[in-house]
Order: sequence, then structure tokens, then C-alpha cells
Amino acid sequence: MSVNVDAGRASQAPIPPPRSSPRRSSGLGFLSWLDLKAAPYLLISPYFLLFLVFGIFPLGFTLWYSLFKYDLTGTEEWTGLGNYTALLSDGAFWNAVVNTVGMFLIATVPQILLALLLANALNKRIRGRLLVRMGVLLPLVTSVVAVAVVFTQLYGRDWGLINWILGLFGADPIDWKAQRIPSWIAISTMIDWRWTGYNSIIFLAGMQTIPKDLYEAASIDGASRRRQFWQITVPMLRPTMIFVVLNSTIGGLTLFSEPTTFFGGNVHGGTNSQFQTVSMFIVEQGFREFDYGYASGAAWLLFLMILIGSLVNFLLVRRIGGNK
Amino acid sequence: MMHTSRRGRLLALAAVATLALGVTAACGTGDDEKPAGDGGSAAAAEPVTVKVQTFGGGKNFGYKEAIDKWNASHTDIIIKEEHLTDQFEQVYWPQMIQWLQSGTGAGDVVGIDEGGMGLAKAHPEWWADLGEYGLKDRQANFASWKWDGGTTSDGKLFGLGTDIGGMSLCYRRDLFEKAGLPADRDAVSKLWPTWDDFVKVGKEFQAKVKDTKFVDGTNTLYNVVLVQEGAKNGNVTYFDKDNNLIVDKNPAVKAAYDFAAKISQDGLTAKLRNFTDEWKTGMKKSQFATLGCPAWMLGVVSGDDAAGPDFKGKWDVAAVPGDGGNWGGSWLAVPKQSKHPKEAAAVLDYLTGQEGEVSVFNYAGNMPSNTLAQQDPAVQSASNEYFNNAPVGDIFAKSASSLQPIFLGIKHAQVKNAIESVVSAIDDGSVPYAQGWQKLVDDAVKAAG
Repeated sequence: MSVNVDAGRASQAPIPPPRSSPRRSSGLGFLSWLDLKAAPYLLISPYFLLFLVFGIFPLGFTLWYSLFKYDLTGTEEWTGLGNYTALLSDGAFWNAVVNTVGMFLIATVPQILLALLLANALNKRIRGRLLVRMGVLLPLVTSVVAVAVVFTQLYGRDWGLINWILGLFGADPIDWKAQRIPSWIAISTMIDWRWTGYNSIIFLAGMQTIPKDLYEAASIDGASRRRQFWQITVPMLRPTMIFVVLNSTIGGLTLFSEPTTFFGGNVHGGTNSQFQTVSMFIVEQGFREFDYGYASGAAWLLFLMILIGSLVNFLLVRRIGGNK
Repeated sequence: MMHTSRRGRLLALAAVATLALGVTAACGTGDDEKPAGDGGSAAAAEPVTVKVQTFGGGKNFGYKEAIDKWNASHTDIIIKEEHLTDQFEQVYWPQMIQWLQSGTGAGDVVGIDEGGMGLAKAHPEWWADLGEYGLKDRQANFASWKWDGGTTSDGKLFGLGTDIGGMSLCYRRDLFEKAGLPADRDAVSKLWPTWDDFVKVGKEFQAKVKDTKFVDGTNTLYNVVLVQEGAKNGNVTYFDKDNNLIVDKNPAVKAAYDFAAKISQDGLTAKLRNFTDEWKTGMKKSQFATLGCPAWMLGVVSGDDAAGPDFKGKWDVAAVPGDGGNWGGSWLAVPKQSKHPKEAAAVLDYLTGQEGEVSVFNYAGNMPSNTLAQQDPAVQSASNEYFNNAPVGDIFAKSASSLQPIFLGIKHAQVKNAIESVVSAIDDGSVPYAQGWQKLVDDAVKAAG
């Protein structure tokens, strides 16, 4: 769940140094051209070279092979859009889409609200502020797999802590892995535990750029704290919100590690694929069934899904606080 | 100004050079392994490490003692075992296929379950030719079906057998006593000549012992019944001998599925899927009292991560309901990508030889496929201390020569994986019993396609 936020910045070419004299001897011409025109591009090239090798090339390669029936035995058969039409009528693919979107909603909506409230609390004058701010970020340093392993034990059917606590209140044990909604909730809590603090720190940074005089003016006008939060803080946070929401959309729709670890490293996502995400579906098709073309097609559909999801969320978030 | 400009230029060049180096280094394979020790003197100084990759729960391939012994007496070749995972179809085999296809990553000797052998045979290009290292003369050591299993479609010898199935039923003596059932293994065997009797005993057991279910889940006994029924239906399960999918036509599959559904509906299962962490915890917490036990399962149960030392003497081995059965058994092969095929072949020869397989049997209980090892007095008269000194040599070795090989197709591992998900799904309730069979057939067709 991370995006390279430096991507935009890296493309800004450094300003070339001013020329010392308008004329140079012709022998120096090439070197000076190299210095002034080529060097900046050479200096920024590593990022783009790496992106070319690990970003653009796999994207193109995947697109190319999504047009083939390409399996382990080496058969390469042109099918055109055959993989895509098959995917769109494949119940297992749609099941994965529903799971992914469902878990995304269950995980992300409370996560962002919680992060917002947490950031608001951290923005106040409280004792040991630095320590608390660092504390909420702490879950982020743990590895996803470690988080998933621990949570999987907490959510154990027979010996898990959570069922034990539920049992104290007389509830029957829940088979968290067997049923769809409980499994989604279990996985969502893993995601939220790790990412809520991260998002709240981003929100906090955004909040600190809001000019104080707005709040002072509002106080003089008699606006309550709550009103100030909804009328000033939230609308002013819109750019931050867009970043956080897009970031969570990309992360949420490519969800893989938590549900996979939850089912003991098996990408089937539950005995009946109750919590198989699209990413897991892709790995299952590509590296369990060895249907590379089909998996490539699914990967491109996931890319489209993220594009649409991001766009929808962007439009939604842009309306926050009304269009003034 | 001229000075600054030149320095800038130098800096730029230096920076570019550094980056170029950095990129090259990053793209390098980071492979610091020594080249194969073909230069005589270099090989003598530096021992060759042969990496053996295995899978399986508990004591899995059971190589610990055999490898320790080899390493203590050899200075030229060191064996290093890499146990990758408990799960063959879902984790080990897909990963291994990727390594074999891409030409890097696989060990020098790799273990392959019977379910992967159909595919392995169909890909001669993955494997080193063991005939080149003189292993063709081992043919006399193996039953013909086990030997043929390790021969590729174009006649190259690529793998030798480690163990074979053989069938029994493991049970918890202490819990049987608690339920007022006989605990002695001969008396227990007499309790269940058929699977119907077995279910009857299970209901009786559960009426007396509340906290323990009779069996682990649906998957283990599904497989036991499948191989028994498969033997009655031309020794095939999911594929016929021409590699056509026959899941919906083979009565063996339906019979095994129906039995799995029955024990689940009767509430005899602890709803634990075999080889998962929960299943192993279930052994430690006495969640189930019996387990379908091919010979290699004894090593799984007694392994530290499964039932482990706390339950030593509490498990025992009885006869399986129905008649025998051959579930499982593996082979060892040397991938072509190995940098030390000669040394790897020597290790493979040792591990599948009489000494190696007897050591495995004594340590883990896996039944040797090597006929010399089967006839070794140390195997024939062996008893298993963990399983209350059950005469495992008598139980498994006697039936070894009469085992029927079950034919497994090229895509067996994928189909098995898909089917077992459904067999677990009816048990944990995520697929209703009424829809289970249709889903099993549909998913099998999809996995085979």
C-alpha cells in the first residue's frame, strides 16, 4: 500500500547554470552541450530508467500477453480479446471483484474517518504530543505479514482471543475464515490497524497548514469547536484528503498480503474464495494454474478498476465542503 | 567561472559513472556462489554443497538423521536440506514449476510428490539425466511402477522413489479408553471392517467424549476413500490414462465425496483442513481422535509442530476400514539447472538407497519404496515408539509389494487443489452440501482447462 510520492517531483529538471561567456572555442562545444543540455537529463535518468525497466516494460509486456492464450507448456496462441471476454463472464473473477470492493469499503471508510478524528485530536495541545504522534505511526513499521499472522491467531475459530472474548458475553464462536462478512471484517481490521496512524499523520500535516486566524475569526463569531472542525478543517483539508483517498484506493484495490496470510499463504482466499481479492485471483491464475495470458488480462482489468475507482473517489472528495 | 564550470562537468561525469555502476550492480544477480568444482584441486579444498529441497508437515521427508550421518562422514559433499513448506499443491509445486521454467532457484535435489510427477514426466527439459551418473542400475531396487514414475515421456531417468503410501488409521488410545472403546490396536481394527462401521463407532465415541470430534476434517478421509475406490475403478482418480478429466464419470470420486459429505453432516469432523496450522494445533489440543494415516503421515503426526512429544505413546496405528490403499509417496530428482549434477546424483543415490530409506523409516516412518530397504530386517521388524510401539514394519512393509499404483494426470496437482477446496468448503459451511458436488465438478473442469 504505497505509492511513490516522489514521482512528480523527480521530473523537474534542475535549472542549468548560467553561461559564463556567450562564445566558446569549437572544441569545447560538445562538452558544453553535454554539460548544459544532457547532464540534467542524465542526472534524473536513473529514476526513469528504473521505471522503464520495472514499470513500463512489465505493463506493456502484460498487455501483449493478455492477448494470447499463453500457458506453462509454452503454447502461445493469439486470442485477441478472448481473455477479456472470458474474464467478464467468469464468476470467479466477479467474486474477486466483489470481495475486493467490499473489503475496500469496510476497511477504508472507517479508516479515513478515524484518521481524521485522530489527527484532529493530535492537533490540539496535549501532553507528550510528539510521543503520541509518533505512537500512532508505530504500527506502520511492522511488516504486513507479521501483522497478518498475529491477527490470524486472534481471529482463530477454536483458540482465538476474539472468539474467547465474545464467548465471555455468551456469543457462539465465529468461524472468521469460513463466512464471507466475518472474514472481510477480520481482514479490514488488519488493514486499519496498520494504516490509520499513517493517514492521520498526513491529515495532521495538512491541518497544520491551515491558517490560525480562520479559527480565531470563527471563535469570535461564536462558532463551536465541532462547527469549526466541519466548516474549516475538513474543507481546508481537501487537497490532503484527495491524496489520502487516492492512496487508500490504490492500496485497497490491490490488497493481497493480509488475506493471503489469513488463509495460510493460499491465494484461493477461503475454501469458497470468500475473501479472494483480484490480486490473489491474478496470482492464482498466473502462478497456480499457469494461465499467464488470463492472469495478464485480469491484471489489466484491475488497472482499469483502480483507474475508475480513483476517478470516482476524486470526484466525490472534490465535493467535500461544497463548491464555494 | 571557467573553473566552476569544469568542476561541474567533472562532477556530472562522476555522478553519471557512479549511477551507471550502481545500476549495473543492482541488475547483477548477486550470485556469489563458487563455480562448479570441476578444477580438481579447487574441488578438494572447497566442499560442494548440495541443496535438497523438500516439503511436507512434521518430519516431512525424514532426512534429518540421514543427512547428519552423511555430513559427519563426508568432506567433499555437504548436504543442506531446505524444507520449504507444508503444502505441496498450493505452495511448493507452483513455486518449483516457476523455478524449473525460469532456470534458476531450484535446489540440486528436489522432492516431488506423486501429484506432480505427471507434469514432471512431461517436461524432460527440466531434469538432469540420472542415467549419465550411473543410476540406471538401480532399477532392480524398485517396483516397476515406481521406477517408471521417474522416467520422462522420452525415456530419460530423472527421478528415484523415496517412499510409498500404504494405509492405516491412526487413533488416540487414551481418548478411546475415555470413550469406553477398546484401545488395543487389534481390537480397534475389528471395530471397523467397513466405513459404515467406522461412522457408527464415531457416533458412539462422540456421545461419550464431548470435547473431541472423531475425525480431523473431510479432506484426509476423502483422500483415503478416493485411493481405495480408485483401485477398484481401474486405478484412476481424476484423469484416465490418456489424461482426459473423468471427475464426473469416475464413481470413485463420487463415492469419496459422498463419504466426506456424510461424516461432515453427521458432525463427526472437527472442521480442520489437513496440513493447515489450525489442524496441527488441533492435534496439540486433542480436537480429533482418529486420522487417516498413510505411512508418511506417522512422521507428520509425531513432528514437533504437530502432535509432538507430549502425545508420545498416546497415538496408535490400526487397520484402515475397507481394503488398503496407496496414497502418496514421493520422488527425488535433479533439476538440469543444478551446478553440481554429479554430486547431486550421488546424494540422491544415497537418500534413495537402502541405508537412506531405512534411516528415514526409523526416524519418520515413511515407508521405503526401495525394495532392499523394505526387506531390511530393521524395517520388517520395526516398531514405532511414538505410536505406542505399533509394529509398523508389519503393518506397512507386508503390504508394500501388493500396492496398486494410482495413475495421476499431468494436471493432477491443480485439479486436486481445486477439488479439496470444495471438500473443505462443505465442511466449514461456505458451500452448502446440496451444491457441493456440482461445484466440485465445475471447479475441476476449470482447473484442468
